[in-house]
Amino acid sequence: MVEIDLKRVDEMIERYKGEEGVLIQLLLDIQSEFNWISKEAITQISERMQIPKSQIYRIASFYEAMSLEPVGRHIIQVCLGTACQVRGAPKILDRIEGDLKIKGGETTPDMRFTLKRVNCLGCCAMGPVIVVDGIYHGKITPAMVEGILETYE
Amino acid sequence: MLRINSKEELKALRTNITSKRDLSKPYITICSGTACHATGSDAVAAAIQAELEKQGLTEDVGVRRTGCHGFCERGPIIVIYPGELCYLNVTPEDVPEIIAKTIKENEIIERLLYYDSSTGERIVHEHEIPFYKYQTRVVFSGNLWVDPANIDDYIALGGYQALAKVLHEMTPEEVLEEVKSANLRGRGGGGFPAGRKWESTRNATGKPKYVIVNCDEGDPGAYMDRSIMEGNPHRVLEGLIIAAYAIGSQQGFVYVRQEYPLAVKNLAIALEQAREYGFLGKDILGSGFEFDVKVHRGAGAFVSGESSALMNAIEGKVGEPRPKYTHTSDSGIWDKPSSLNNVETYATVPLIIRKGADWFNSIGTEGSKGTKIFSLVGKVNNTGLVEVPMGTTLRDIIYKIGGGIRGGKKFKAVQTGGPSGGVIPEQYLDTPVDFDALTKLGSMMGSGGMIVMDEDTCIVDIARYFVDFLCNESCGKCVPCREGLKRMREILNGIVAGKGREGDIELLKEIADVMKSASLCALGTTAANPVLSTIRYFSDEYEAHIRDGRCPALVCKDLISFYIDPDKCTACRLCMKNCPEGAIEGDKRVIHVIDQTKCIKCGICYDVCPSKVGAVMKISGEPVPPPIPEAERGIERRKEKGEGRKEEKGEKERGEGKGQKAKGEGGRDER
Repeated sequence: MVEIDLKRVDEMIERYKGEEGVLIQLLLDIQSEFNWISKEAITQISERMQIPKSQIYRIASFYEAMSLEPVGRHIIQVCLGTACQVRGAPKILDRIEGDLKIKGGETTPDMRFTLKRVNCLGCCAMGPVIVVDGIYHGKITPAMVEGILETYE
Repeated sequence: MLRINSKEELKALRTNITSKRDLSKPYITICSGTACHATGSDAVAAAIQAELEKQGLTEDVGVRRTGCHGFCERGPIIVIYPGELCYLNVTPEDVPEIIAKTIKENEIIERLLYYDSSTGERIVHEHEIPFYKYQTRVVFSGNLWVDPANIDDYIALGGYQALAKVLHEMTPEEVLEEVKSANLRGRGGGGFPAGRKWESTRNATGKPKYVIVNCDEGDPGAYMDRSIMEGNPHRVLEGLIIAAYAIGSQQGFVYVRQEYPLAVKNLAIALEQAREYGFLGKDILGSGFEFDVKVHRGAGAFVSGESSALMNAIEGKVGEPRPKYTHTSDSGIWDKPSSLNNVETYATVPLIIRKGADWFNSIGTEGSKGTKIFSLVGKVNNTGLVEVPMGTTLRDIIYKIGGGIRGGKKFKAVQTGGPSGGVIPEQYLDTPVDFDALTKLGSMMGSGGMIVMDEDTCIVDIARYFVDFLCNESCGKCVPCREGLKRMREILNGIVAGKGREGDIELLKEIADVMKSASLCALGTTAANPVLSTIRYFSDEYEAHIRDGRCPALVCKDLISFYIDPDKCTACRLCMKNCPEGAIEGDKRVIHVIDQTKCIKCGICYDVCPSKVGAVMKISGEPVPPPIPEAERGIERRKEKGEGRKEEKGEKERGEGKGQKAKGEGGRDER
């Protein structure tokens, strides 16, 4: 589990000083650096920026890109956009869910993988697509899944 | 960088940039859009750089990483100038040969060219490839030439000249008139005339006024906005600044999806460079006009692409729609007059200013002018981004440009307009595509997604897919959308699971009616479109599911079964090894049998069974034939009986084990 460095959170808050409407952007910064947003980080933001915690939770739970739980060492995104859907993405998702014994949105107990469903990654020509830690794997078949996941410790 | 203070200085800068460029000198462009990144354009670019250094050619050969060329199916794409030689599916291993032969000796490498299977010919030039030949690339054209991280490339093509013209030669009213008389309709979905939107924002009383670029592009299956923003961000910015001038706004926002990291990055670079030249900030081009832009990243919520929701998000609130008692042109961000358009709309504006409204009106149909970019995806041979004049027929797009349906399958329908759109069946393929024609067919233009479906796509499953998607994306604020979608999902889940009931179709229509009249925002009012249009054109498929428990496309898991035809099985064990559930019994020289109680119907056995064997069968609406008795499963015994088994040979031909397993080659899967 990645601990969130609250000093870093302070630095991020500082960057938006004097600007309006920055909460979503700030939460995204934290998410992209630590892959999740902890309770402590939310408390910190609430105190520093004088925003009620409820409002921060409301945003953090609304958006797909934000996670209130720690995520695994590797993040698998399975694209379920329409183009991938018609080219067999559900079979890919089934296979990954079956292999890892978790559902979309969950993390394996050993914290190796977090599985996310995404709606469209915009590389429809390569569908079905999965992205592991930012690396795109296109035109994959269920039989290729094992080989791809094997390479991630 | 030098600040540009007048129209003349911009002209001088352009001359200076172009004069330094020797067009007779070879240069290589490498497509670096997201799809090409994914297929390895970084490695190709690195290999080109390394090879040029090795050969001591870095001074003599230019290299440019451009935006998306649109033919994503065949990436990474490189084009070598002069001569516009186009190589497709390039790998780093091809690079030394390309440099040695094509760059040094002017020799063409045949195998990397486009192969036209209909004529049996190889095509040398990019624009002659059928995928490009039948397009009219106007808005998207810059992507082939411009390095998005280098503003000079855009200026060399005449970039920011429209802005200079507007600021120095036209009044805001004249700009409005020009855009209005061009009949530019918003490319993001609704097709509302951009000029009228701008005008009402200009005439609204509040101050300050805001202009917004919507690059949320949440429609699954559409990615033209991403490609423009990634590949040619200055064209969007120029359009935005022109809009700001016409409206009288000093502050713009670009809302861009977090899922598009490259677009976020290239946009940030573009903004910085535009500021350095003085195209943004105070006293733009010495005109006294002031304007700047902030970037707001979206965080993965489809509904936030709706204009009032997007404005909420920019304010830092949850991206949910607002009730629209007033127009956003009167009361948008922070209750101030705001005008929102999508990426493609803004990218069209500089062209209208430069070439004039008459030019724009000369392209397209009566009600829809200009060109439109479509993302042609799904079961079509040439997937990619396609820009055509409004009014081009679906057939031309899918067959002439798209090269028809993959694997010789039969066309079933094309889905347009994303989750708010609908499906269009074969009998309407000759419909000229524009805003009004698509609406008439029960679909819509949307942002231009075109998902082609073949006979293997289950239409009920597609309707279920969209409803499921929207159910997850509905913000839940209003009852008709939140509850309506949930009930629709229940019914559709029932139908695809073989639990459909008589009356389901009527019930779906009734719910759709309520959602249409009573939902808060466009997400809800259009959410039933995929269901209604699939019922309209494919009610027989719904009925097959409900009445006969049969999925005609052999997709719905609960309605299909897999079994192995004992007469065809060569006992190669490929399916056994790949079955994740261990549901296949058999051995070497023992015919394989699927244990129906263990089978999860993942279809892997069907995909890996070599196409020339084709022993795994998929059926629906009929009982699975009983497995052959164990005593009769031996293959040698059958061979003695003269049924002609070629087990040893077959195994060698297909190759055994890991390689096959990892790659899944040779299967029947259409890929």
